[in-house]
Amino acid sequence: MRGINKSFYGVKANDDVDFDLGVGEVHALLGENGAGKSTMCSVLAGLYRPDSGEILLDGEPVAFGSPKDALAAGVGMVYQHFRLVMNFTVAENLALGHPDVPTRLSEKDLVAKAHELGDRYDFPVDPNAYVWQLSVGQQQRVEILKLLYREARVLILDEPTAVLTPQEGEALFRTMRLMAEDGRSLIFVSHKLNEVKAVSDRVTVFRDGRVVGSADTVDATPKDLARMMVGRDLDLPKRSGSADRGAVVLSVRDLAVNDDRGLEGLRGVSIDIRQGEVVGIAGVAGNGQRELTHAIAGLRAPTAGTVELGGKDVTSRTVAHRIDAGLAYVPQSRLGVGLASGLTAEENLALKGYRKPPYAKGRLLDQDVFKSRGDKLIDDFDVRGVRPGLPVRLLSGGNLQKVLFAREVSQDHIVLMARSPTRGLDVGATEQVRNQILAERDAGIGVLLVSEDLDELLSLSDRILVFYEGKVVGEFSAEEATPEEIGLLMAGHTEEGAA
Amino acid sequence: MNESAEIGLLVLAIAAGTPVVYAAVGEILAERAGVLNLGVQGMMLVGAVAGFWAVFTVESLWLGVLLSLIVGAAAAAIHAFNSITLRVNQIVSGLALTIFGTGLSTFIGRAGETQLAGEPAPKSFEPLLTGGLADIPLIGPLVFGHDILVYLSWLLVAATSYYIFRTKPGLALRAVGEDPPSAESAGIDVAKVRYIHVLVGGALAGLGGAYISLALVPSWTDEPIGQAGWIAIALVILASWRPWRALFAAYLFGAAGQLNFYLQTQGVDIPSNLLAMLPFVLAILAMLVLASGERARKLGAPAALAIPYSREQR
Repeated sequence: MRGINKSFYGVKANDDVDFDLGVGEVHALLGENGAGKSTMCSVLAGLYRPDSGEILLDGEPVAFGSPKDALAAGVGMVYQHFRLVMNFTVAENLALGHPDVPTRLSEKDLVAKAHELGDRYDFPVDPNAYVWQLSVGQQQRVEILKLLYREARVLILDEPTAVLTPQEGEALFRTMRLMAEDGRSLIFVSHKLNEVKAVSDRVTVFRDGRVVGSADTVDATPKDLARMMVGRDLDLPKRSGSADRGAVVLSVRDLAVNDDRGLEGLRGVSIDIRQGEVVGIAGVAGNGQRELTHAIAGLRAPTAGTVELGGKDVTSRTVAHRIDAGLAYVPQSRLGVGLASGLTAEENLALKGYRKPPYAKGRLLDQDVFKSRGDKLIDDFDVRGVRPGLPVRLLSGGNLQKVLFAREVSQDHIVLMARSPTRGLDVGATEQVRNQILAERDAGIGVLLVSEDLDELLSLSDRILVFYEGKVVGEFSAEEATPEEIGLLMAGHTEEGAA
Repeated sequence: MNESAEIGLLVLAIAAGTPVVYAAVGEILAERAGVLNLGVQGMMLVGAVAGFWAVFTVESLWLGVLLSLIVGAAAAAIHAFNSITLRVNQIVSGLALTIFGTGLSTFIGRAGETQLAGEPAPKSFEPLLTGGLADIPLIGPLVFGHDILVYLSWLLVAATSYYIFRTKPGLALRAVGEDPPSAESAGIDVAKVRYIHVLVGGALAGLGGAYISLALVPSWTDEPIGQAGWIAIALVILASWRPWRALFAAYLFGAAGQLNFYLQTQGVDIPSNLLAMLPFVLAILAMLVLASGERARKLGAPAALAIPYSREQR
């Protein structure tokens, strides 16, 4: 790709990007959110047309008007949000829109082809299974099989490991190597340095829409790559030994909670969190984390068990009561649950304290306090992009999270509960959030951190509990935890090793 | 005597069900593509008046059939443009189409020199075979005693069922109704698939309407089709969006309508209005299902039904 330029509404998403991909090469793209990786991939996959620049495939210039054109030329992309029809079988998804499939469908041929491709790349899936029955990792396999079935020679994988357990990630890497050995070229988008080191041959780093450098992976140190991504040295969050642990501030006893389908989502969990302690909850999404946080926050009534905040039983108390008892909550869904999307940043910042002074003067609200306190918090937490009257939903993900954090930690609290606090944030914003969590801990707050990012849990938590099917299946102290062990437990392997 | 009355009931049930079969198969195609068209009643009415006009003025039944197909598709084109290109609320657009079709057919029926209202048709579709096979007891009239449009409807149901579940375009159709973004990224033109199936669906509804004025009740009255269009929409749900089930559900509806007359001849004393109500109770129940997204989902409703698709809002 030569001199690719692409702008959105006057903002340069790709600024004179050059990129070379060799045959049989796994090429990693590194960069923060908005650095231009995805834009370049979308141009290559035919989703966007470049404003200028050209794409050469085997030395020949090509122009893709649509993803269909790109696919016909052998370039295909696996998107973060899968493009699979959930109510179709695997075989039907493979056949959908495929130019060489005959008009009269033959189930036998489709199944045979799916088996053949699955065997060749060590990638077994049941062709007759419905996609909705498959795990996320298996669905991703189907997406890749779709491209292989269409004989794609260039495969673009956009943050493929974000949704996988460590073991599934390992399996994906094996398959990626097999595909590369088979002469296919892969582009691997990631922001995790260790994955890039593990699987790629070459790495290209993006920043602010430009390519800042390319290197053979073996020659690049993680520290160099991180500096290239961010443009400065990163302060990796460090826990300062064990902080002084005080009294138990959050105590959950034998808690059982139903999920949305009315089934037991959380099945008898007990957790104690002390002052100055970060307790991490690991687990694949959908194993009871949501039910736990909802029950603690008061958004969902438990069927059994108790929740105590600061020694007081709040199991059947209202959300407002729990806030007054000292619960700060950063939910996974920043807009919707966390923030009111149509209100301004200042209004959102006042959303939990507006009933009381200084916001409230009797029955009325003091607009000057809204403004002054809002401005101060926006300043303190370095929230960018705020303009008067601007609905908060128009802020970027990182800035939304800053607003949410600012509101939650600026009120009196003894417990901070955060779910996937860095999901979707770029490296800089992630760093800020993680440092804030550690600052909370050092200030004597009890922190409950629910995350699907193992690296995050390992670097921040004093203790890690592993959730599987609504139960705690393992507990580790910060010192003894390893990603391998936790990964196995997350995938449902018991400690005795039985599947 | 008794036996023949019952067979007569069944033969009439098939005839009464046939317009609903055509309309329901048409609606299945549109809904499988993700477009809910509540204009079926309107499309059937314009088809009925077009068919009757052709047979009344030029005395050609087949021209009536052709005209009803074209007019039905033309009416559906309004809804297709509204819901696919303009992405307006499909329920509102469909209801408007029904109101429009009802008014237009009544107007044409009464307007100017044609004056169709109250007139009998000079010709109508008659049973294809008389004597011979049709005289075999029991199965004779049931299998061989119908007019050609009934046989065509059987062919249509078989062909549509094969098309939806066993062919590549059928797969594309279902994908568009289930998950338009995925279909699009597989290289399928979502808007095109939707247009085609809404138009074909409209043509079939038009033909269903014409069957009434050309075969079932060969004369013109205002609103000659009763509420067959609404019944067809209800039956689509009852049939879980499957053509064969729609065929039998339509005959069941036909039988329920005929039961009224049959019971009267048998001297059973049930208020006839109560029986006449029966199909509509059914229809209301079906609508309740449609209104509850989750229940409709379990019955097999296309996931993207009635949701406009916009490429930019991925």
